[in-house]
Amino acid sequence: MGSRASSLLREEDIEEIKKQTGFSHSQITRLYSRFHSLDKGENGALSREDFQRIPELAINPLGDRIINAFFPEGEDQVNFRGFMRTLAHFRPVEDNEKNKDPTSGEPLNSRTNKLFFAFRLYDLDRDDKISRDELLQVLRMMVGVNISDEQLGSIADRTIQEADTNGDMCISFSEFTKVLEKVDVEQKMSIRFLH
Amino acid sequence: MLVYYILLVLISVVTSDYSTVTSYTFQIYTLVFYGICHSYINYSRVFPVLSINYDYVQMPFEVSLWILLASLMKLGFHLLPVLSGVVPESCLLIVVGLLVGGLIRVMGKNPPVLDSQLFFLCLLPPIILDAGYFLPIRPFTENAGTILTFAVLGTLWNVFFMGAVLYGACRLEAGRLASVDLLSCLLFGSIVSAVDPVAVLAVFEEIHINELLHILVFGESLLNDAVTVVLYHLFEEFAHAGEVTVGDVFLGVVCFFVVALGGVLVGGVYGVLAAFTSRFTSHTRVIEPLFVFLYSYMAYLSAEVFHLSGIMALIACGVVMRPYVEANISHKSYTTIKYFLKMWSSVSETLIFIFLGVSTVAGPHAWNWTFVSITIVLCLLSRVLGVVGLTYIINKYRMVKLSGKDQFIVAYGGLRGAIAFSLAFLLSSDDFPMKDMFLTAIITVIFFTVFVQGMTIRPLVDLLAVKKRKQSKCSINEEIHTQFLEHLLAGIEGVCGHYGHHHWRHKLNRFNKRYIKRCLIGGERSQEPQLISFYNKMELKQALMLLESNSSANLSAGVTAAIPRQRSRKTLNISKEREEEIRKILRGNLQKTRQRVRHTHTHTHTDTHRHTHTHTVTHTLSHTHTHTLSHRHTHTHTHTLTY
Repeated sequence: MGSRASSLLREEDIEEIKKQTGFSHSQITRLYSRFHSLDKGENGALSREDFQRIPELAINPLGDRIINAFFPEGEDQVNFRGFMRTLAHFRPVEDNEKNKDPTSGEPLNSRTNKLFFAFRLYDLDRDDKISRDELLQVLRMMVGVNISDEQLGSIADRTIQEADTNGDMCISFSEFTKVLEKVDVEQKMSIRFLH
Repeated sequence: MLVYYILLVLISVVTSDYSTVTSYTFQIYTLVFYGICHSYINYSRVFPVLSINYDYVQMPFEVSLWILLASLMKLGFHLLPVLSGVVPESCLLIVVGLLVGGLIRVMGKNPPVLDSQLFFLCLLPPIILDAGYFLPIRPFTENAGTILTFAVLGTLWNVFFMGAVLYGACRLEAGRLASVDLLSCLLFGSIVSAVDPVAVLAVFEEIHINELLHILVFGESLLNDAVTVVLYHLFEEFAHAGEVTVGDVFLGVVCFFVVALGGVLVGGVYGVLAAFTSRFTSHTRVIEPLFVFLYSYMAYLSAEVFHLSGIMALIACGVVMRPYVEANISHKSYTTIKYFLKMWSSVSETLIFIFLGVSTVAGPHAWNWTFVSITIVLCLLSRVLGVVGLTYIINKYRMVKLSGKDQFIVAYGGLRGAIAFSLAFLLSSDDFPMKDMFLTAIITVIFFTVFVQGMTIRPLVDLLAVKKRKQSKCSINEEIHTQFLEHLLAGIEGVCGHYGHHHWRHKLNRFNKRYIKRCLIGGERSQEPQLISFYNKMELKQALMLLESNSSANLSAGVTAAIPRQRSRKTLNISKEREEEIRKILRGNLQKTRQRVRHTHTHTHTDTHRHTHTHTVTHTLSHTHTHTLSHRHTHTHTHTLTY
């Protein structure tokens, strides 16, 4: 499982990750080398500092939230398996996938799971609702510091007003999904992992 | 005599001798009248009160008459919904052209042919500018690879396949076709292979297929102009020169890159100039649209001077200039630009199709069954083979694969149009003795694609249950979440160490924000994030919509409609401020019936935090539109839109 210092990836690990996430053998090996290059402490797991060293995340407005998404609840280290689990959400959706495995649950990169991943990035307190404050925080991160609070507030209000169907002033996951039904999430939330 | 009397009058006036003034002026009048009658009687012909001088206005008169005819035809078709539901407008217009041409021929005169210079310099640019300015950028860039592959490789395949097979058929046929050599066949192939943007627009606009397919076919039709231009000039030169060497072929390839990239560069330069000019137009709002049109047209003409791709220049100009110009110009100018472009492109399109019909009646024809039938069959065959083959390769690199249905629509939507005709018309008869035969074949292909394919594509789309375009309103949710996802993906790509699509787009956006927007957008709008401009635009649209509904009953209903229905009951009970607003509205409407001068519409949003946002849109006689957002914290944003 990569707990030893200079660990190589074992075949059975690769197989397990492949089954869980759906990545191919070569993709897993390539991502493992990336994982390894990020892992400066050589302890087989990534910490928050390792992520913060990535230059693209430093300039990204959502950098902190993305980093948080990798770490499971309350932990400070993420191993390779967790790393792959998070990245699996971004695999392109394949049509023939559904035929392969009818018994197992929904694959990690299905549309619903992708949307749920995005939803959890908004919803920090994990109460399954995006409240006005959570939305405001995200908006503030995206537009920068020049815009006044009132204007952001009116945008947030408008957003909630548009999406909210049951009148609780928050966006639930089903409302979130409904609002994005016209957006091509399969394409927008997929990365072409070279194989 | 007359002069003497006038002098006398003047002296009398000076000396204030009024009696003499009157008597002498009377005498002057009689003299003048006598003079007129005298001259009148002396001349042998009558002074013409009404005469006809047609030659003076002939040119503009005929042009206006044609345009009027075209517009009336367009009007007529939409009054007959039965017809316009089955037959696409382009077919009907060609039929009208045929009728008009026949009429002119019957009257004994020679019907005018679609003059290539007129076509390329006057009729085509408005359509392309309209397409380029309103090109949906996101789908275009997301599918850019696919579009380029279809445009470049697809067209090349079409040209060479058609040219080779036609040449083989001509060899086999002998007889009249024996004189057609390989170069002529290749040239013919290059003219006929290009998918035509005008025809595609005309037909696809009516069938409302989903955005992806629309942008694929349309993008291909725009970008294959570069290939067509290069191949056309190449083969023409070769036919003129008579000999082809390997070096020439290599130069041809280089020429392609020069033409394509040069066109884009020219367009980009003019686009930047237009954006920069629009930064300073805040005091002369009236001529803002003119700058947009002129710079774009100059881009097109400049590209054509150097034999670069004018279409690509025009598209590049429109795409580059649009975000900056829209941030700078007034709302009215934006509407003007939009409607002028739509109007011109619509008229151009109509005229093109009518002229196609007229030219069919007019032009010299040389019908040859074999040639024409082989051409039609080959067009279809090469298109289908090309699309299927290329899609097989492209699907390996695409995230959302193109299904069989998609491929069918892309192949079937490859319509030919007036550009092919005009290019063929430009051929010189000396180098190409078979020009007439080519023209006839091209016209037949155009008719076939527009009539047969154009008419059947709609039922086929329904039959195959191809996804249609989703009619979606502007939603702030979609915008926010799409931007959110873009940031997210750029971050994830950073984590993976993968420099993909999102990474480069992120970098481009940052570069744009930091450097370019500062230069090209005037005032404080340069710092405005995209989200805020989107939100403002949406609010403005809604305020204008309320303004247009404009009746007192609708207004109070409109105000509550702005708040979702589930909440309206709750909010009406909430605050005194709300009551005050309603009172103000009712008072305002009462006032409205008395004074037609000042209209005040108040549009209120109230949320549970008792935070009242009032958008007051005041429309006064001087046409100043004041959009005030007043907040409880007395922090007022005033967006003043002055025309």
